[in-house]
Amino acid sequence: MFRYIVRRLLQMVLTFFGATFVVHALMFAYVDDPFQALVGDRPLTDSQRTALNARYHLDEGFFAQYWHYLKGLLTGDFGQSLTGRPIGDMLAQAWPVTIRLALLAIVIAAVIAIGAGVLSGIRRGGAFDTVTLVLTLIVLSMPIVVLAPLAQLIFGIQLGWFPPTAGRDANLYQLLLPALVLGSLVIATELRVTRTSVAENLRADYVRTARAKGLAPRRVIGVHVLRNSLIPVITLIGVDIGVLMSGAIVTEGVFNIPGVGFNLFRGVRTEDGPVVVGFVSILVIVFLVVNLIVDLLYAALDPRIRYE
Amino acid sequence: MSDLNAVTTAEAPATDAGKPRGLAGDAWLDLRSRKVFWIAAALVVVVLLMAAWPSLFTSADPGDCLLARKNAGASGGAIFGYDFQGCDVYAKTVYGARDSVVVAIAATLIAGVIGLFVGLAAGYAGGWIDALLSRFIDVMLGVPFLLGAIVLAKRLSSDPESNGVVAVILTLGVLGWTAAARVMRSAVISAKNQDYVAAARMLGAGPGRLMFRHILPNSISPFIVVLTILLGVNIAGEATLSYLGVGLKGDAVSWGLAIAETGPYARTAAAPLVWPSVFLAATVLAFIMLGDAVRDAFDPKLR
Repeated sequence: MFRYIVRRLLQMVLTFFGATFVVHALMFAYVDDPFQALVGDRPLTDSQRTALNARYHLDEGFFAQYWHYLKGLLTGDFGQSLTGRPIGDMLAQAWPVTIRLALLAIVIAAVIAIGAGVLSGIRRGGAFDTVTLVLTLIVLSMPIVVLAPLAQLIFGIQLGWFPPTAGRDANLYQLLLPALVLGSLVIATELRVTRTSVAENLRADYVRTARAKGLAPRRVIGVHVLRNSLIPVITLIGVDIGVLMSGAIVTEGVFNIPGVGFNLFRGVRTEDGPVVVGFVSILVIVFLVVNLIVDLLYAALDPRIRYE
Repeated sequence: MSDLNAVTTAEAPATDAGKPRGLAGDAWLDLRSRKVFWIAAALVVVVLLMAAWPSLFTSADPGDCLLARKNAGASGGAIFGYDFQGCDVYAKTVYGARDSVVVAIAATLIAGVIGLFVGLAAGYAGGWIDALLSRFIDVMLGVPFLLGAIVLAKRLSSDPESNGVVAVILTLGVLGWTAAARVMRSAVISAKNQDYVAAARMLGAGPGRLMFRHILPNSISPFIVVLTILLGVNIAGEATLSYLGVGLKGDAVSWGLAIAETGPYARTAAAPLVWPSVFLAATVLAFIMLGDAVRDAFDPKLR
């Protein structure tokens, strides 16, 4: 296990530098005159140019700029928005809101996906299974830009079951509809993986042994099958965090929830470059860390991974 | 794909013994009997027709907007009514197919070419080239797709004159090839150890001939499945970028733009939001179903 952790940590360091490098390269690409881009159409004096350079190091080369960017990330200095707010402060306010929304979405998605996945895995080919497969196909084909506005329109405005928007201090009920929308992004894949893995494990020898011992079906499925079937589902969570982040940008924008995604959404809309790059960089780092944790968890649960 | 054509023109029944069929021929026979395949293919054909000749479906002009008709209900040719600017929603939805489909196809082609060559090179060469390319793919996957896309699309679309089509194509293409490359790599690795490759090598075939004549045709099917699904993903990606304001703009007409524009007015008029959403979801669904059907047909284990 120790060797696995060390190897995984070394990989993580490499991916961290690589991913931040990619983000930096993406934002560096294709700008004729970055100074002019900053000030818009107004003419630019030499003294302004010097002042801007002192703050943003725009005259230096690609790698020198990458170094400044990396130094900022590692020391917790994420820069300032164009309106002069420190991005670190914006982040500190936005995190709690997003974490609540994301946790709710993950819980809802996991409960529905695992419950329905186990049921349709047990009775493969049955009526319940067919209906769930068709439903997951429909959910899979709805991008978040379709799902979020439509859900708001149907359940928030026309039926009036849920409040159509949620503010900063939203309670559980107000967050329920956005969380459902966000969770539905990952429900379909989680459900399908649960279903396949339950169906596979049901044919395994240890299940036959458990049945032969005379264990109750409830215990065979609830303990023996479920425990082994959930391992691949857990690895999915790492990937899902990335999907949820992307989804949160649109969901929080549509439902007016002032979280991380909302700030990014507004940053994109108002062309606030530093906000966009700052938030994207932080989200990328969070994504990498979560994936590291999930991988370690996976290795703890499944010994075969450690000895590959 | 020549096998595929041979079987269709000869209309060979499945029981026709003695006539050898390739994997593609088998897959086609399997596909023909699937309802899902025909539904998905019909949907795709309709969307492609809409993109190529929108005037087949509507005689109205999507740019013909009159504020006097603001949010008016369905009437005459405008079966979906009018939006907040008095534009014909049906015409706008039909014409929106073009930019959505063009962006998706072009971006998928770019991603496909990059993915094909990276996957082929990594799988065939092995060793340090494979290690390097695989690490690079891992790094690319370390940046969640939409986050990278926002940054890149924002940079590329800084030209106020353009309508953003090229920028979105480049963004989706440059960031979307990783899954295709991974699939290609593993398919090539399993194909290159087969006996027929060793036989061809012993007969004196060079690396180019081995790669493109022997390995590629036998490892391409999972790659094609990934690309089919990527078409749907890219249609959704364009809509998402346009919705966020870093995608199409100006005189472009697309489903994503329509959703972004009409969303805030949904309380007073729902139809302008609902119909582009339905078309968008149906198209994505068609490509996912097509990919699923092709995968089932090409995967001998499931037969």
